[in-house]
Amino acid sequence: MELSLSTRTQGEHTVLEVGGEVDVYTAPRLRERLIELVDGGATEIVVDLGRVDFLDSTGLGVLVGALKRLRQAGGGLSLVCDKEPLLKIFRITALDQVFPLYASVDAATEAGPAA
Amino acid sequence: MATVRLSFSPAPVHVRTARLVGVAVARRAGVAEELLDEVRLAIGEACTRAVALHRQYGLADLVLVEMSDGGSYVVRVTDRAPIEAGLGIAALPPDELANESLTDEALTVGVGFALLAGFVEDLQVRPVDDGIGTEVRMVWPVAR
Repeated sequence: MELSLSTRTQGEHTVLEVGGEVDVYTAPRLRERLIELVDGGATEIVVDLGRVDFLDSTGLGVLVGALKRLRQAGGGLSLVCDKEPLLKIFRITALDQVFPLYASVDAATEAGPAA
Repeated sequence: MATVRLSFSPAPVHVRTARLVGVAVARRAGVAEELLDEVRLAIGEACTRAVALHRQYGLADLVLVEMSDGGSYVVRVTDRAPIEAGLGIAALPPDELANESLTDEALTVGVGFALLAGFVEDLQVRPVDDGIGTEVRMVWPVAR
């Protein structure tokens, strides 16, 4: 399934909903969108991975890149993910220790500024 | 003996095709349904790695994926990049992942190998028998 991206604002947070497959072919589009959001002034971004059915190392690299960019700007990035196969990917790569992970968008936005 | 052999130009768009074929053959070979997500991810990572190496070295050679199901499901992904590039691999420790100085490329490579090593119990990365390149060999049990 192709990558889908849609953005909305929820409180102080910018929520980027990602769907489909994030891989070596589609990840550059995710990177571009995240850079647009940061350049547009977003500092607290929640990336909702709820409709992602495939995520590889390239996609993870893009998310870490965005996290670093936001931290440099004094903001943060958190992820929404409740699917076990995706959570396993974060555990195996130890990226669950790098990203704040939440089970829902509401939980992510209510948690206040992302780490 | 390869059951299915696929070769593709080193372009990111073809990696998805390799994943789809790899999973279809795995299913047919009798790999357990609960392992198929891992098969899909691992074949994707191995092919992504090969494509990245070919692009890094400006190689137009095809990336080769061979799948065979004699007793277990064996997938071999072969690139044609110099072996010192292909074998220089290591998973990154967590405290380095968010390191400011780490490039996105280095991070992606490190994470890719963490995924391969984490999802494939029987994994080998070795020089090809003939010529230049490395082979990523992954084996999964079949239920039959």
